[in-house]
Amino acid sequence: MSEKTKRRPHSIMRFNIWGYIFLVPFFVVFIIFQFIPLCSTIYYSFFEYYRAGLKEVGPNFVGLQNYIEIIKNGDLLYYFRNTMIMWVAGFIPQILVSLLLAAWFSDPSLHIKGKKFFQCVIYMPNLIMASAFAMLFFTLFAKTGPINSIYVDTLVWCSKHFPFLQPVFDFLHLQPEAVDFLANVHWTRGLVAFMNFLMWFGNTTILLLAGMLGIDTSLFEAAEVDGATATQIFFRISLPILRPILIYVVITSLIGGIQMYDVPQILTGNSGNPLVHGHLTSMTLIMFLNQNLYSKNYGLGGALSVYLFVITAILSLIVFRLNTKKDND
Amino acid sequence: MSDNKTSATKNPESAIGKPSKGMSQVGRHILVHAVLIFFTFLCLFWFYVLFVNATRSHAELNRGFTPFFSKYGLMNAFNLVVPNSTVTLDSFKDSTFWKYVFSADFLVSCWRSNIVRGMFNSAVIAGASSLLCVYFSTMTAYAIHAYDFKFKKAAFMFILAIMMLPTQISALGFIRLVRTMKLMDNYIPLIVPAIAAPVTFFYLKQFMDSSLPHELLESARIDGAGEFRIFNTIALPLMKPAMSVQIIFSFVGSWNNYFTPNLILEDQKLKTLPIMIAQLRTADYLKFDMGKVNMMIALSILPVMIVYVFLARYIVGGMTVGAVKG
Repeated sequence: MSEKTKRRPHSIMRFNIWGYIFLVPFFVVFIIFQFIPLCSTIYYSFFEYYRAGLKEVGPNFVGLQNYIEIIKNGDLLYYFRNTMIMWVAGFIPQILVSLLLAAWFSDPSLHIKGKKFFQCVIYMPNLIMASAFAMLFFTLFAKTGPINSIYVDTLVWCSKHFPFLQPVFDFLHLQPEAVDFLANVHWTRGLVAFMNFLMWFGNTTILLLAGMLGIDTSLFEAAEVDGATATQIFFRISLPILRPILIYVVITSLIGGIQMYDVPQILTGNSGNPLVHGHLTSMTLIMFLNQNLYSKNYGLGGALSVYLFVITAILSLIVFRLNTKKDND
Repeated sequence: MSDNKTSATKNPESAIGKPSKGMSQVGRHILVHAVLIFFTFLCLFWFYVLFVNATRSHAELNRGFTPFFSKYGLMNAFNLVVPNSTVTLDSFKDSTFWKYVFSADFLVSCWRSNIVRGMFNSAVIAGASSLLCVYFSTMTAYAIHAYDFKFKKAAFMFILAIMMLPTQISALGFIRLVRTMKLMDNYIPLIVPAIAAPVTFFYLKQFMDSSLPHELLESARIDGAGEFRIFNTIALPLMKPAMSVQIIFSFVGSWNNYFTPNLILEDQKLKTLPIMIAQLRTADYLKFDMGKVNMMIALSILPVMIVYVFLARYIVGGMTVGAVKG
C-alpha cells in the first residue's frame, strides 16, 4: 500500500476522496434500511407495546420483562427446538451426500460421464421459489394428491398379485387408504427437512467440490505412492484440508436454518400444525416472529428479534474469521 | 506398498478413490453412475409430476395419478390467466374464441388475473432491485479496490462482518420505518435496500482483485478521464462476466422472496407471485380447480427454470468464486 502512495504523490488526496464518495450509496442505504430498523427493534424490545383488538397498549418501558416472558412461557424454546430438529434432519443427509458426491466429482479416475450435467441438475432446486416448492409438495402429499394415489395403487396391486405379502403389510400397518401426511408430526417435519435437503445439497456439493479441486494433487500422489487406500486418503488428507470450508458450510447452513420460514409456513398454511399437547410442532422461529409482526406485538417481537440477532451475530463472527483468515494467507 | 504401484502407473492422473481393494473398476463406475442418476431423479421427479399435473383436467386429477402428459395444458393456462373463464377443449376449435385471444379484451382480462399481475409485479421488483444491487455493489467494491483512504480497511471489515446477518432480525424496525415513511404498498422498500448487498459486494470484490489491474485505472487517469467516468466506462465493462452472474442470483433471490413483500404489500393488485402462491394454500384449497392450481405453481417456477437451462454452466461455475478456499 505504501509503495503505491509513493508512486502518485500529488494526486493522492484528490483521487482518494472518491473512495468515500463511492461508498456513500451502500452506507446510506444500509443505515436507513438496516441499521436504524435494527436499533428501533432493540429499542422496542424493552417496551410493553402490543395491540389488543383495536386498542393499542403502550409503549411503556418494562426493562427486560419481554425477554423473561418469552423464555418463561416456553414458546421461544419450543420453536427453537422445532427449527433445530428440522434443520438437523435436513442437514445431516445434506452434508454426507454432498461430501460423497464432491469426492466423486473431483476424482478423475472415475471417468464420470456428464459430470457437468449432474452438477447442474442437483444445483437446480436451489433456485426454485421456496414457496412454490412447498405448495407443490403440499399438493403432492395432500390426501387426494398423487403420492397417496401412487401409494394406494401400489399397495392394492401388490396384495392382488402377491397375496403372500399381506402379512408384511399388516405387520407394518399399511392399509390401502390415503394417509394424511400433514396431520402427522414426523411426516410434516420430515417433509420440511427433506425439502431443505433437496434445495441445498447441490449447492453444498458445488462448494465442497471447489474446495476439493483446490487441494494440491501432489499430496494425493505422495499418499498413493505410500500405499494409502481411497478411504484413507479421503479421511486423512481431503477431510482435514477441507476443515475450514466444512466449518463455513455448517455455520452458513445453520444461519440459513435459523431463518427457516417459507417452506414450513406454506406447507402448513401459516399454522405450524400439527398441534401436539398444545404445542405447534412445525412452527419455526421466523414464523413466530412473523406472527408477532402481524399482530403488531412489537414488544415480544423485539425481544425475539434481539435473541435471533445475538445468535446469528455469534455465528456470523465465526464465518467472518474464516473469510478474513483467507485474505491474510 | 508395491502392489499399488502397478495401477498407479496405469492411471497416472488418478487422484483419490482408486479401487485398490474390493470393488472392481467397472463395479465402481456403475455404482457411481447409479447413485448420480438416483439423485437426478430425486431432483427432477417432483417437477415432472407438477408439469404432468398442470396438463391434466380437474376430473382427471381426481381419478388419481398417471405419469403421462395430458391435453388440457392450454385449457388450464387459459382458465388461469382469464379470470372466471371456464373454457373446454371444444372452445379451441371455435374461431370466435381465437378472435378473442387476439383481441385487446383478452389482454385486459389477463391483466385482471392474479397470476399475470403477480408475475408482472415480481418481474418489476426483481428486475429493478437486481440492477440496482449489482451496479451499486460494483461501485462499493470499486471504492475499496481502487482507492486508498483512511477507513478503507475498516469499511471492508465492517461489510464482511455484517455479511451473514439475516434481514429478518431487523424486520420489526423495518416495517415500522416503512409505515412512518408512508411507504406501505410501495415498491421502494422492496427495491432500494438491495443497494446494500454485502454478499454481492464480496463476490464482486474477489473478482475485481483478479481482473481489474490498477495500472489500467492509472493510465485512464493520465488520459484525463474523471473518476466517475473511469468507473462507468473502464471498470464496469471489465466486470461484466461477474456482474451478469450476480444479476441472475439477485434477480432469482428477489423473485423468490416471500417474507419481506408479504409484510409490505397489502393491496391485492400489488402483490407478488410468492404471496399469491401462499394465498392459494390458505384459501379453501379443495374448492379450486386442481388443474389450474398445478398450472399456477408450474408457471411461477417455469421462468427461472428456462433461464437456468440456458445459463446453468455460468451459474454453477460462478457461485464458487466467493466461497472459502480449502
